Amino acid sequence: MSDQLNLNNNIVLDVLREIGNIGAGNAATSLAKMIDKKVDMKVPVVKVLEFDEVPEILGGPENIVCGIFFKIEGDITGSIMFVLDQSSAINLVDLLMPRDNAEFDEFTISALKEIGNILSGAYVSSLSGLTNLKIKISVPALAIDMAGAILSVPAIEFGQMGDNVLIIQNEFIETDAAKKVDGYFFLIPDMESYEVLLGSLGVTL
Amino acid sequence: MSTMIKVGMADLKVADFPNALTTLGLGSCVGICLYDPLTKITGMAHIMLPSSKAIRKNENVAKFADTAIVELISQMEVKGARKSRFYAKIAGGAQMFSFSSQNDAMKIGERNAEAVREILKNMGIPIKADETGGNFGRTIEFYSEDGKLLIKTAGKGIREL
Repeated sequence: MSDQLNLNNNIVLDVLREIGNIGAGNAATSLAKMIDKKVDMKVPVVKVLEFDEVPEILGGPENIVCGIFFKIEGDITGSIMFVLDQSSAINLVDLLMPRDNAEFDEFTISALKEIGNILSGAYVSSLSGLTNLKIKISVPALAIDMAGAILSVPAIEFGQMGDNVLIIQNEFIETDAAKKVDGYFFLIPDMESYEVLLGSLGVTL
Repeated sequence: MSTMIKVGMADLKVADFPNALTTLGLGSCVGICLYDPLTKITGMAHIMLPSSKAIRKNENVAKFADTAIVELISQMEVKGARKSRFYAKIAGGAQMFSFSSQNDAMKIGERNAEAVREILKNMGIPIKADETGGNFGRTIEFYSEDGKLLIKTAGKGIREL
């Protein structure tokens, strides 16, 4: 058993990137079905970042973002978080239910929870299919606050394993309206679950 | 001219008068501010986890409450501050996401704040202000002039402690 997760190991990174790819593909398909429109997706970018770099990708530590958080339960445990900046969050809700003067109201929040649920569910189910592990997610918890504060949650989880954070960036584009949604997934298996997860794919740490 | 010195996540810094220290967007992490009123030397740490002892990869002393406080005191003393005069102000330790069935791992903010209080008590450093908990992020600014701590939140205004 290794002492820590080596996120700089190329094979591990490739596997995680592939998981990110398939998961995001599934999420985009679910999104397209839900809104009944064509959704394009850029190839997800998997990044390994230092703690301080993480809030920067979302506009700096004080920028207001939306985080939708789930616990992962089953054969592996951990958490998954989907983060969007404000304009992406509003664009996403707008795709589902176009409104004039969309803003951050109760409706937006509950719609975001539901969309987050479907996207993260699609993500986790592709992970489950790939690994043959039983994986499910909890009900969503949502927070709208400073990026630094929201991202402290995955950073602390990763902080128990090392000094880096693994992040999967997805860009969805609804083709007709050309509305862009930049979303970031943080897949955070607990340390022991990382080994189960990668082991089930034939990778030993 | 006073400068505002930034403290990152899992980071710590010491400042002389008239400079100030800040850390942006504290969530479940805790910002620990130490002040020596005589020399006006200030220190700030942005810790992520309560203890270095349970973690195997623990070289980054600023990441853990126990090692960060020891390091912060020693760096301040090198500059001429004296621990016997220190007082502390702490902020952060929020729980950003809440679930009905709560497990320990989710209460990391509370555990961070508790660890910080315990360690400061053992060091004999009084806590003059404690603005921890809740479910929101905080940006803090700590001033060497008078040890004032400014806390900014998203939508909940600014507080001075």
